[in-house]
Amino acid sequence: MGLVATSRVKSPWILHYCTGGCNGCDIEILACLTPLYDVERFGILNIGNPKHADLLVVTGPVNWKNADVLKNLYEQMPAPKMVMAVGACACGGGVFHNCYNTLGGVDKVIPVDVYVRGCAARPEAVIDGVVAALDKLAGLGRGEG
Amino acid sequence: MTLTTVLTALGALVLAPLAGGLLYGIDRKVTARLQGRMGPPVVQPFYDFFKLAAKKRMMTSRGSGVWAWAYLLLTMTAFALFFLGQDLLVVVLVLAFAGGALAYGAFAVRSPYAHLGAHRELLQMAAYEPILLLTVVMFAMETGSFTVCGVLAAAGPLLPALPLTFLAVLIALGIKMRKSPFDIAACEHAHQEIVRGVYTEYSGRYLALIELAHWYELVLVLAVVALFWAQPLWVGALIAAGVFLLELFVDNLAARLRWSWMVTAGWGLGIGFIMINMVLLRWLA
Ligand code: SF4
Repeated sequence: MGLVATSRVKSPWILHYCTGGCNGCDIEILACLTPLYDVERFGILNIGNPKHADLLVVTGPVNWKNADVLKNLYEQMPAPKMVMAVGACACGGGVFHNCYNTLGGVDKVIPVDVYVRGCAARPEAVIDGVVAALDKLAGLGRGEG
Repeated sequence: MTLTTVLTALGALVLAPLAGGLLYGIDRKVTARLQGRMGPPVVQPFYDFFKLAAKKRMMTSRGSGVWAWAYLLLTMTAFALFFLGQDLLVVVLVLAFAGGALAYGAFAVRSPYAHLGAHRELLQMAAYEPILLLTVVMFAMETGSFTVCGVLAAAGPLLPALPLTFLAVLIALGIKMRKSPFDIAACEHAHQEIVRGVYTEYSGRYLALIELAHWYELVLVLAVVALFWAQPLWVGALIAAGVFLLELFVDNLAARLRWSWMVTAGWGLGIGFIMINMVLLRWLA
């Protein structure tokens, strides 16, 4: 791996957005930052700004109100970027499946690279998902994605 | 200006990013350990830098790109002037212009977050600039020269005569390193306030440029601290390293202050300490 590819894999900055799930998955994602899991070991930072982020982590089933917000956030992230759907809701609607107010999954709005299952997804599963996203990121050329 | 000085300055310009990046890496490691975590590897800032530099270019305003370059180049100018042994007042003023450039870049876009960050960045500068300028004046009162060469050629170390000035410089250092309790405009690490303050609209390679400028700035500010004990210089370097570690501890012990407290601390305590130091020196002389 070249210097740039290595650096990408070693420094994924995460933007976390909840599109209206029950917050269970959000709590598990934030648990990854605690001393027990400490994802900063791998250079992962939870950054609050789409313009600095490499990986968009989305929870919740996406509803009509925030679909635009999600698309907006995605478009503000400079390439190469990855999207990770965390939890049953984000993957396909979950317990909100077929509700009149939800779209039923993140991939109805933006392309998703990694799906993490679980309701709620465990922190280990979230970390596994990030690793899968990084494998994909490492294969991308300059400016792709 | 001899050939050796020029070579020293060139060497320092090349080595400073390495040293600065490593210092920031140590910073993240120590911070993580203080919080009971493992922390990233020490070379993490370099990974971040190369990743950012290779991201796709995305700009909200061309002006902010120009100002990001200005921030880096002006910081490097101040850095080079310092290591060429030039006038410290010029170094401080060029550094102030560099800090201003960062804020003007944030003003060049319409984002209210960036504007708020830029206002706070300017407030930070208002808080620490007088301290740095008055410190240079104190150096001049002691050594009779405003230049770095003059301080290096002084008969003995400055710290015994300027202990209170040193304390004031510690306050300025905290603000300059963007550490708690003074991380008002935007702090370095994962914790965030109002998105990312002054950095909100910079992305990709411009953020990398800003990161690089931070590395130069850190080494430069620590070099100014080392001037307090320049005979021999290695004692000064040790003091600078100690002060750096102290700053990390303070960062983890303290909570963020409000901006009005920062200005009060900078002007009240900082300028107050220096004034008392000045009066005592005159009185004892
Ligand atoms: S997947 Fe389950 S735990 Fe996660 S947000 Fe949806 S309902 Fe909550």
